Amino acid sequence: MAKLNMVQAINLALREEMARDDRVVVMGEDVGRDGGVFRVTEGLREHFGAERVIDTPLSESGIVGAATGMAAYGLRPVAEIQFMGFIYSALDQLSAHGARLRTRSRGRYTCPLVVRTPYGAGIKAPELHEESSEAIFCHIPGIKVVAPSGPYTAKGLMLAALRDPDPVLYLEPTRLYRLIREEVPEGEYLTELGRARLARTGDNVTVIAWGSMLERVLKAVEPYSADVIDLLTLSPFDAETVLASVRKTGRAVIVHEAIKTCGLGAEIAATIAEDAILHLRAPVLRVTAPDVPVPLGKLIDHYLPTAEQIRAALDEVLQY
Amino acid sequence: METKLRMVLPDQELLKLYEQMFLSREFEESCAEQYTKGHITGFLHLYSGQEAVAVGATAGLHRDDYILSAYREHAQAIVRGAEPKRVMAELFGKATGLCKGKGGSMHLFDPAINFMGGYAIVGGQFPISVGLAFASRYRGEDRVTACFFGDGAVNQGTFHESLNWARLWELPVLFICENNFYGIGTEVHRSSALASIHRRTCGYDIPSEKVDGMDVIAVYKAVKHAAEKVRESGLPYFIEAATYRFRGHSMADPGKYRSAAEHELWKSRDPIPGYAKRLLEEGITTREALDAIEARCKATVEEAVVFAEQSPWPEESEVWEDIYV
Ligand SMILES: Cc1ncc(C[n+]2csc(CCOP(=O)(O)OP(=O)(O)O)c2C)c(N)n1
Ligand SMILES: [Mg+2]
Repeated sequence: MAKLNMVQAINLALREEMARDDRVVVMGEDVGRDGGVFRVTEGLREHFGAERVIDTPLSESGIVGAATGMAAYGLRPVAEIQFMGFIYSALDQLSAHGARLRTRSRGRYTCPLVVRTPYGAGIKAPELHEESSEAIFCHIPGIKVVAPSGPYTAKGLMLAALRDPDPVLYLEPTRLYRLIREEVPEGEYLTELGRARLARTGDNVTVIAWGSMLERVLKAVEPYSADVIDLLTLSPFDAETVLASVRKTGRAVIVHEAIKTCGLGAEIAATIAEDAILHLRAPVLRVTAPDVPVPLGKLIDHYLPTAEQIRAALDEVLQY
Repeated sequence: METKLRMVLPDQELLKLYEQMFLSREFEESCAEQYTKGHITGFLHLYSGQEAVAVGATAGLHRDDYILSAYREHAQAIVRGAEPKRVMAELFGKATGLCKGKGGSMHLFDPAINFMGGYAIVGGQFPISVGLAFASRYRGEDRVTACFFGDGAVNQGTFHESLNWARLWELPVLFICENNFYGIGTEVHRSSALASIHRRTCGYDIPSEKVDGMDVIAVYKAVKHAAEKVRESGLPYFIEAATYRFRGHSMADPGKYRSAAEHELWKSRDPIPGYAKRLLEEGITTREALDAIEARCKATVEEAVVFAEQSPWPEESEVWEDIYV
């Protein structure tokens, strides 16, 4: 089995699904002839042609809006937004239309659209190139939001997203693009949407993370006996797996690289409070970025959650 | 027939244009080196090749006119008056930078010189320009807002919204499109239904013209004339400057989508040696005088690098600064 990085794994998923299903088309700025700024769509145009691998004008709302129309009328578009910080002008098309076509047409239309975008900090780029604004999208009913944590889940989630009848926002942790190599099988395997993965099992504490934070969490928790939940689908998230683990360990720490206020961590903590509060032996803690725009350069060290901060939170709940 | 340079500007001013172009190029080439050394990180978009646009246009504007640009804006800021060393320190992410080292290459900003920002979001600066122009008219100021952008940006919704508003509300905005024929790897004709960009303004009843963006004097004359028109009429105007970037879109872009022949053709029209030749041919200056200017620019850029290298990093507390009052 080939060891692939995440860029290659996503590319493989797109390639296999495009070969299987001619309704799948890829579109975005420089995704075709140039193969995408991060090379995720490299080679697809040569293989499947310009009709199916489409270079668009520089117009995010146009990309997502047109893809929504294509999806509603029989295609399975995969729209790329070059960086998550560029998606905001497309938020209108996604939230006002893509997310609501099924409801608005009372189920007569669906919107099998995948929007892919690199997200997250730690690539030494300035603000708008390091955004983690997943919570904004998790707040929109009708869209599913997923984030792989490595090449294996990247492929499985992409295939599942492509088969899903509803819009899926597929977040690619930019920092991990080339950081991790894993065995990625050829051929079909689906990472079920709405299902979290137990990345590690333990007894005393549950740590919940996703995307690029998972790698950091796994390193930080080595000396602890912790359940580590890789959320994978951020919306709708797998409350069942989270609650089952928290009921077992009695403690929960949520780690995300997005800012704290109204972050997804708040929703998870509230769910734990609602459904497992009597099992808790300590307050639920969040380790997150501070409530500021992503800073540049050296200051990033004071922004992204560190292994020390994660361990401090673990110690705090364990000693509570 | 080209106009004689002396009919356009006094000798001193003509030489200043040369100095600004040369300084811009030196600055950008030095940035490339610092990026390769790892001192500058992230995405670095260099202006080499396009100098005649920023330099000619800025000279055609008043100092209190507003300037807004995109993310390829180091030269725009420097030519407007930002200190090269503070721009370099900003790119390094140092505390002495123009924006405390927190904005980096794409977000230069200095209201003290009416440089109202670099914008990393393509098309982000259009509506802001409209708003600035509205505010200056509201306050009764005699100010033009010059909004620079690329050929790729004209397909954003904000472009169309803003052209309409500027004309509808009769606002003094001077739109300056730096058409370098590519938005990253996509040529204009693959992204715009009407590739002749200045003609797109007819839908908004905004007069427009196209100018040779490799000729600093042509740009200067066009912008000066246009800015006067905008000032007198209070109405928007549109200039498309045809130009070329000599490097990839950013330092991360090998730029394989452009042919060597095309590159060579534009290289032969490099605005800097071309202008030097004219200055010499028309007896405005001597080779020795140009050498002295060039040496001065090189020294300025070297100093800028040393300053940036030796400057401190921002304090941790800076993460929390400038979010709210
Ligand atoms: C909203 C948005 N979408 C995409 C990008 C990524 N991007 C940066 S520059 C660029 C091309 C812009 O081309 P153009 O306007 O011609 O300017 P040039 O780079 O040629 O100066 C793209 C797609 C961005 N920064 N912002
Ligand atoms: Mg361009």
